Amino acid sequence: MSSAPAVHIQRLRFAYRTGPLVLDIEELLVPAGEKVFLHGPSGSGKTTLLGLIAGVLKASQGEVRVLGTDLGAISGAKRDEFRGTRMGYVFQMFNLIPYLTALENITLPCRMKPARRARVEGSLEDAARALADRLEITGHLRQKPGELSVGQQQRVAACRALLGAPELVVADEPTSALDHDRRTRFLELLFDSCDSVGATLLFVSHDRTLEGLFDRALSLPDVNRIGQAAA
Amino acid sequence: MLTARLALKSLRNRLLPSILTVASIAFSVALLVGIENIRNGLRDSFTGTISGTDLIVGPQSGTIQLLLYSVFGMGSPTGNISWEAYEHFRDHEAVSWTIPYSLGDNHRGFRVIGTTEDFYDHFRFRREGRISFAAGRPARERYDVVIGAEVASRLDYELGQTIVVTHGLGPAGIMDHDEHPFTIVGILNRTSTPVDRAVYVTLEGIEAMHEGWQDGVPPMPSFAPADPDPVAEDGSPGGPAEGAGAGGGGPPASSPAQTTQITSFFVGATSRFETLGLQREVNQYEGDALMAIIPGVALAEMWRTVGYAEDGLKIVSFFVVIVGLLGMLVSLYTALEARRREMAIFRALGAGPRRIVSLLVVESGLLAFLGAALGVALVYLGIVLFQETVEQAFGLYIPLRALGRLEWIYLGAVVTAGFVIGLVPALKAYRTTLTDGLSPRT
Repeated sequence: MSSAPAVHIQRLRFAYRTGPLVLDIEELLVPAGEKVFLHGPSGSGKTTLLGLIAGVLKASQGEVRVLGTDLGAISGAKRDEFRGTRMGYVFQMFNLIPYLTALENITLPCRMKPARRARVEGSLEDAARALADRLEITGHLRQKPGELSVGQQQRVAACRALLGAPELVVADEPTSALDHDRRTRFLELLFDSCDSVGATLLFVSHDRTLEGLFDRALSLPDVNRIGQAAA
Repeated sequence: MLTARLALKSLRNRLLPSILTVASIAFSVALLVGIENIRNGLRDSFTGTISGTDLIVGPQSGTIQLLLYSVFGMGSPTGNISWEAYEHFRDHEAVSWTIPYSLGDNHRGFRVIGTTEDFYDHFRFRREGRISFAAGRPARERYDVVIGAEVASRLDYELGQTIVVTHGLGPAGIMDHDEHPFTIVGILNRTSTPVDRAVYVTLEGIEAMHEGWQDGVPPMPSFAPADPDPVAEDGSPGGPAEGAGAGGGGPPASSPAQTTQITSFFVGATSRFETLGLQREVNQYEGDALMAIIPGVALAEMWRTVGYAEDGLKIVSFFVVIVGLLGMLVSLYTALEARRREMAIFRALGAGPRRIVSLLVVESGLLAFLGAALGVALVYLGIVLFQETVEQAFGLYIPLRALGRLEWIYLGAVVTAGFVIGLVPALKAYRTTLTDGLSPRT
């Protein structure tokens, strides 16, 4: 595994087209192998920041380095490839493709990106089952998302994000739809699975009660000078 | 491969909307292809009214006029042809067969045609369509009559019934030839041509009706009361040579010796190459002022003048195409718009623009293709199932035919538009995820 930081942002400024600046970050660091909690209330630029880290958005100024790669220096197609191969992503909700079974959803990134598939040893389905077992959804693999509870859906999404040994997993408020007990349980399972594949976890939420469970906590309003100015 | 599998699964997942979209495309395609087939059927029925005949010969007049009264049973003949002129060409070495036509009478509005058995042997319509009998046999005897399918069904006639012929071509004819009743010996099968609306007798029959007439006027009334019976029973005094044999119902009354005039005749040449030479010869014939027309050419010419019904259908087709394409675009577009969320997930999983676009494009293209194929299949199925019904109800024969140019263009437009319309939401979905990050909020 690369010893470079999982995410290293320096002197970043970002605005949507001709709109006002949304992000102005001097430095933000997520060390490799850690589980990092990034706190940000809604409207603080969380989604934008994640878009930049995922390489869906491009920085107006400054540098976004993910797993040692400067995302501003590579093409859009390369960024898509990079994201699909080396990252995992869990949404707040509506995570799954509705017409695919849980198992098909889990294996989808590996089927789309041969490079990601290559990181899985042996049968793709066996690897998926092993992960699903860890996340306690083995019994639901043949079901479609509509037949699963929200908690089960989030675990399927986590399983999909983790299959193919991504070096960085980004989770965007994945627990906001869960009640407190399930939230904690979900995090335990997520941490355990991240450890099993050796992934760095960047977990974004507005809910500070979870903060204590992580190796490190960052607050977006603290690093983003735009938010500070507004407040 | 993966894209196609995903597209199929996604379509199956939204089965009802997919079926509705395919159905709406199919119906608009079916409408256009159907109209095209009807348009084609109209033209075919028209130009196929007569076939296999190389020339139609009549007295000099207009081409269309000759065509109208000899083929379509409309309008009046302009004059007659002498029997000598007919014989001259009947026995011509370049002529393989002829069908003489003698017009001038009707039966309750249906035209009576005096002809010979050559009519039953040689008349063709729609390429190889032959005259055939639903019942009975050709008219051979003087008072035999064969009726077309529509005459039979409209007037509810059966074999063996006797009918009376009226002088004149319209139903308003005043002089019934009621002293010469005819016996129905044959009923023809339906042809969906003017043959169905005609009544066929022999040339001798025509002559017998007009026995003693001069210039279309019956004999003086003072002679009439005494005459009719002996004339009918004994055969005509004008043909004593074989009159006895014919009147007695023996072998077919052959050479119609008394026939001095006919209205027109159809010619089959010994070979196609003789046709033009023959036509020239007819036009230059010295005995009578004759003209010969080539039915295929004349029919095509006539279709151009009466074919504005076809233009009307073409305009309708054009609007069908426009409305069909618009409807298709709307349903495809709304179906795809509903899936922006799904596209955001694909983006997050590393799908690039090409993957997103091809997913949606394959899906909408597939719907358009299925719709087009189903629409064409519907039309052909409809033709196979209802060909006979339509022919009987409307006299319109719709042949099974390959798709025409306009239809291919439309099918191409449908499938292309299907692919192209997939591009719009696809590009929009891609751009949206770019501006919204990975979570479009709408």
